Amino acid sequence: MPERTLVQAVRDALFEEMARDPRVCVLGEDVGRKGGVFKATEGLQKQFGPERVLDTPLAESSIAGVAQGLALEGFIPVAEMQFADYSFPAFNQIVNEIAKVRYRSNGDFSCPLVIRAPTGGGVRGALYHSQSVEAFYAHVPGLKVVLPSTPADAKGLLKASIRDPDPVIFLEPKKLYRAVRAEMAEGEAALLPLGQAAVARRGEHLTAITYGYLRAVTIEAAERLAAEDISVEVIDLRTLRPWDMETCAHSVEKTGRLAVIYEANRTGGFGAEVAAELAERCFASLDAPVTRIASPDVPAMPFSPALEHAFMLNPDRVAEGLRRVARY
Amino acid sequence: MASGLVWSGRMPPSPDPSGLTQEILLRAYASVLRARALDDRRFVLNRAGKLAFIISPRGHEVAQVAAITALEPGRDRFCLYYRNFAAALACGFTPEELMLSAFARAADPSSGGRQTPGNFGSRRRGVVIGSSTVGPQIPKAAGIGLALKWKGEGALCYVSFGEGATSQGDFHEGVNFAALHRCPVIFFCENNHWAISVPQELQVAGPGVAERAAGYGIPGTRVAGDDFFAVHAAVAEAARRARAGEGPSLIEAQVYRLQSHSTDDDQRAYRDPVELANEAGKDPIPKMRQDLIARGWLTDEVDEQLRREVGEEVDRATEAAEAAPEPDASTLTRHVYADA
Ligand SMILES: Cc1ncc(C[n+]2csc(CCOP(=O)(O)OP(=O)(O)O)c2C)c(N)n1
Repeated sequence: MPERTLVQAVRDALFEEMARDPRVCVLGEDVGRKGGVFKATEGLQKQFGPERVLDTPLAESSIAGVAQGLALEGFIPVAEMQFADYSFPAFNQIVNEIAKVRYRSNGDFSCPLVIRAPTGGGVRGALYHSQSVEAFYAHVPGLKVVLPSTPADAKGLLKASIRDPDPVIFLEPKKLYRAVRAEMAEGEAALLPLGQAAVARRGEHLTAITYGYLRAVTIEAAERLAAEDISVEVIDLRTLRPWDMETCAHSVEKTGRLAVIYEANRTGGFGAEVAAELAERCFASLDAPVTRIASPDVPAMPFSPALEHAFMLNPDRVAEGLRRVARY
Repeated sequence: MASGLVWSGRMPPSPDPSGLTQEILLRAYASVLRARALDDRRFVLNRAGKLAFIISPRGHEVAQVAAITALEPGRDRFCLYYRNFAAALACGFTPEELMLSAFARAADPSSGGRQTPGNFGSRRRGVVIGSSTVGPQIPKAAGIGLALKWKGEGALCYVSFGEGATSQGDFHEGVNFAALHRCPVIFFCENNHWAISVPQELQVAGPGVAERAAGYGIPGTRVAGDDFFAVHAAVAEAARRARAGEGPSLIEAQVYRLQSHSTDDDQRAYRDPVELANEAGKDPIPKMRQDLIARGWLTDEVDEQLRREVGEEVDRATEAAEAAPEPDASTLTRHVYADA
């Protein structure tokens, strides 16, 4: 099996699905000739031509709007927002239009499409290339939201998103694009179902639920705590809407302690929803307050390395937070 | 009202060898009458406290029906906006269906009582479900147009909106995209000169919307919206271009809004009474009637008979819709995703 990075896995998933189904097409800024600013669509235009891999004008609302039109006509568009930060010009199309097509037509119309976007920080991208936007979209019934953290998950979940009958927001942690290489399956064997969390590390004393870039950070923090005889179970949500409440609740009922770790700023982040839901469901099992470990409530991640470092969670900070929950 | 042609690029078409026949015109005229009769009835029902909210097509009916008459419902796609009751009738919606939506009944074919009336949708009729938001249907229509171009079956996408909507970024993004890719799309602006209380001169610099077409390298036409034949000819030419692979067109139909914006608005609060009184005399229906009589296609007797039939239809539609069941509360959570 080939070894691929996360961004190559994205590209492979697109390639395989386009080869499998002629209805699948790709559109976005710089996705064609250049193959995407992160190379997530590299070589696709050469293989599938300039219509199926379409360089759009620099206008996100119409990228989403055109994708909606294509989906309504039976095509399966995979639209790229060059950065998640720039999905906001398309917010109305996504939230008011795409998400509501099925509901507002009482099931007469549907809008299966995928909107991909690189998300998150830690790459010196500063305020406008670092934002974590998942909470905005996970709030919206009618959308599915996927945020993978390993190359194999990225491939399997993107393939499943393309085959899903509903619109999917697919967020790719850009800091992980080239972080690791992993072996991965091809074709049908690569598929992974949406809505299933992964237990990334087994543990007994404390459940740490996270997603995206912070999966690896949380695992590293958990390894450190192991030296202190604190055994942490790490769960990677992978899909945020619908999220896998069963796997999470099962773990919390076992450990009795829960920390939710997310890269977005603390207030109203998606982890707040996870914390609230599990606090309600698992109240009787809990031995410590449900705790969030998240980024500070500043508008976005600054450019200066010192400030970026001050913003980002790292293994030290996560370990410190987990320790507090474990010792409560 | 000026019926000037503003062409960017191409010469205007010669007066339409449109194939319009008496039969087609009488059917169109019946749609116009139906829209008006439904509107009258909805206002009666609103005053009686039976209907919550109305947006009226009054003053736009002839332009809407003329446009749809130049197209092929069943083959083409239609992205309509909330004032398009007459257009919806011309696309095949029945008075009873529109009344079901007015009463928010379960059998409302557009949304099962979920959306306010005026958000028309019917997959089998090619009427693409819209929303109450001003503007987003424009880039969506460009995408549908791109898909239709790829399919290559000669179908086109018609999208309508008010002049206020042309201030939205989505207007620019959608027209630009469709023009770039020569998508078979007809952009149909119903310019009633008011966006709620904001007049055209605070919305559009210059004479109007049609001139904007030049900036996108596509033809733009301004027509008198009370002239059935002029609107029909402009849309027929746009349809010919679209089907021939020549790309989109922008048409601005000048109409009057003979009602307040909606039942939540009272235009007497912000409009000049003299101008309002003046506009009240510009109802497009008597003009259409006159035009048909002048061609020998309509007589007073046929007109009376049509109006009687339409009135009876609206009676039946109202009774049936009022008696129809409301959506079951248990359906609230259905159709969020495919599996529910
Ligand atoms: C994006 C958005 N902003 C505001 C509104 C509220 N609104 C509804 S209709 C309307 C005026 C629209 O005017 P125009 O486009 O000229 O169409 P008309 O109603 O005159 O036919 C406004 C401001 C809305 N529905 N959507």
